[in-house]
Amino acid sequence: MKSLRSYAILYLIFLYAPIALLPIFAFNDATIIAFPLSGFTTQWFTELPQIPALIDSVKNSLYIAVITSILSTLLGICAARAAAKYSFRFKRPIMGFIMVPLVLPEIIVAVSLLVILLQLGLSLGAWTVIMGHVLICTPFCIAILNSAFQNLDSAMEEAAIDLGETPWSTFRLVTLPLVSPAIISALLISFTISLDEFIIAFFLTGTEPTLPVYLWSQLRFPARIPVVMALGTILVAGSILLLILAEMMRRRGLRRAGLQDKGGFL
Amino acid sequence: MTALIDLKNVNKYYDDYHALRDVNLEIAQGEFFSLLGPSGCGKTTLLRTIAGFEAPSDGSLHIAGANMNGVPANARPTNMVFQSYAIFPHLSVAENVGFGLRKSQLSKSDKIKSVEEALDMVGLNGFGGRAAHALSGGQRQRVALARALILKPKVLLLDEPLSALDKKLREQMQSELRRLQRQVGITFILVTHDQEEALIMSDRVAVMFDGAIAQLADPQTLYKRPRTRKVGDFIGVMNFLPAHVTDPNKITLDVAGLGTVTIAPEQAPSGTSSGAAEIGIRPEMMSILFEGEPDRGEIAEATIQDRAYYGDMTYYDVHLKNVPEPVTISMKNIIGRPVLEVGETTRVSWDARSLVLFAS
Repeated sequence: MKSLRSYAILYLIFLYAPIALLPIFAFNDATIIAFPLSGFTTQWFTELPQIPALIDSVKNSLYIAVITSILSTLLGICAARAAAKYSFRFKRPIMGFIMVPLVLPEIIVAVSLLVILLQLGLSLGAWTVIMGHVLICTPFCIAILNSAFQNLDSAMEEAAIDLGETPWSTFRLVTLPLVSPAIISALLISFTISLDEFIIAFFLTGTEPTLPVYLWSQLRFPARIPVVMALGTILVAGSILLLILAEMMRRRGLRRAGLQDKGGFL
Repeated sequence: MTALIDLKNVNKYYDDYHALRDVNLEIAQGEFFSLLGPSGCGKTTLLRTIAGFEAPSDGSLHIAGANMNGVPANARPTNMVFQSYAIFPHLSVAENVGFGLRKSQLSKSDKIKSVEEALDMVGLNGFGGRAAHALSGGQRQRVALARALILKPKVLLLDEPLSALDKKLREQMQSELRRLQRQVGITFILVTHDQEEALIMSDRVAVMFDGAIAQLADPQTLYKRPRTRKVGDFIGVMNFLPAHVTDPNKITLDVAGLGTVTIAPEQAPSGTSSGAAEIGIRPEMMSILFEGEPDRGEIAEATIQDRAYYGDMTYYDVHLKNVPEPVTISMKNIIGRPVLEVGETTRVSWDARSLVLFAS
């Protein structure tokens, strides 16, 4: 029991100590990332908005992440719904192949997409990154939404139809509200995946880099590293905020459905 | 009088599985009708076919004279109470009950009024504002009833609505459902696997096995005169004794353990032929012959093999001569009647009018 606890503590230190370094050096008054700390400053944070290329990359990333999360969640809703409600030929292999990008090496996906896009003569940009991101985010969305659609009592939809609703109004009035917590989870997860995805973005981004690609390019300039640390701090804070939001939505969904909380990811 | 619901030669296949076999059924307006059978007998499939959730593979279904072929569930004059109740958890009780009124032309105040009336009818007045997921099992069932009845359907379909309730609540809901049905005058079709429930509540019962209706009768006929051994065995408890028909015209037979008896034509299937057969007799139709009590006409020797004391009743398993299986006899525990011990020999008595003959 005791060794298990110390193992858990060591594990958590290993996991979070590097991330804890981010805010420490973001507020450190020196361009060299090393101990001992020299003094407190907010200089790196005030410098952030003065780098137009960085602001552009943030805007570009947000644009890509928002559209990616919406598209992949929409595709996920269609696939999860079809998998839960209908039985069709080759359903299992079809669902299996849809889920494969979950484990496919991203570098392979990125290179093959690049080859195809160039062959088709398309120019690289935000939309080509979105295409790649939708490809890898959709399986995550399906995995999240699938359990919600599977858990939905089919009698709920039948009851609505029995009471005079059309299949579409039933979907809108009964199905969607009941799976909405999963939809929000899928949106948040795909948003975060897209936001910090590097490999596909690196290959398909063209002349407008996303934030991770921009950060990577800045690592060659040591003077920029504290600014990168400051940005990282903001991103970590944002991620924690998003996670809390997602967990709150999950609990609210459970309460609304009158279910027992069996513990989610958090 | 024409039937409200009329099924003719309805068959349903799922790939190779024959779920409904040549179902012919007429259900009258205002009837409380039950579909009774073990799980997998097709009773729920039949109910869902009437509701419009399943399409028959062949055969026809008419409701109130209109052919329902190709009519979707949302356009049929039927409403359903689901086994899981299917109460919408994201809506309030009033929103659940009023769900079916969404498309009606009623004014808002009329809608509120009819929701209140429906809640009142099922004894839930004042519950309208509650969240649906905070209700108990019995309350959910009432909400499901009110929600299905608010559209005043021609037929209310109930899919094992009481199976999730505990015994006390179930008995209470049985009589309440019956009262409700008389009050609204709507035809109720109940699916159940509980034979007692079917007997208590129904005007008529269709017993189903393997997708086909084995017997369609009122509860008393069903209990007294089951048409097959399987029906007799499924409804209540029945003892089966090997028999041999010696005279098919007068219907005289030799019954193992009971001797030679003659029965009336209505106790036997039509066209009885001589040879091996089987008779059935209910436990309460035989009695242990105690000192000073009148016999029921026929008497045989017996040994007590087993005994179960239920308080109001005692069930004896007795051995009759030449009968391989023990025979169950139930006796009321009235004052002055002893409870016999295992191994005691006694005499049993019965009435030949309570026998039912099955062709084997």
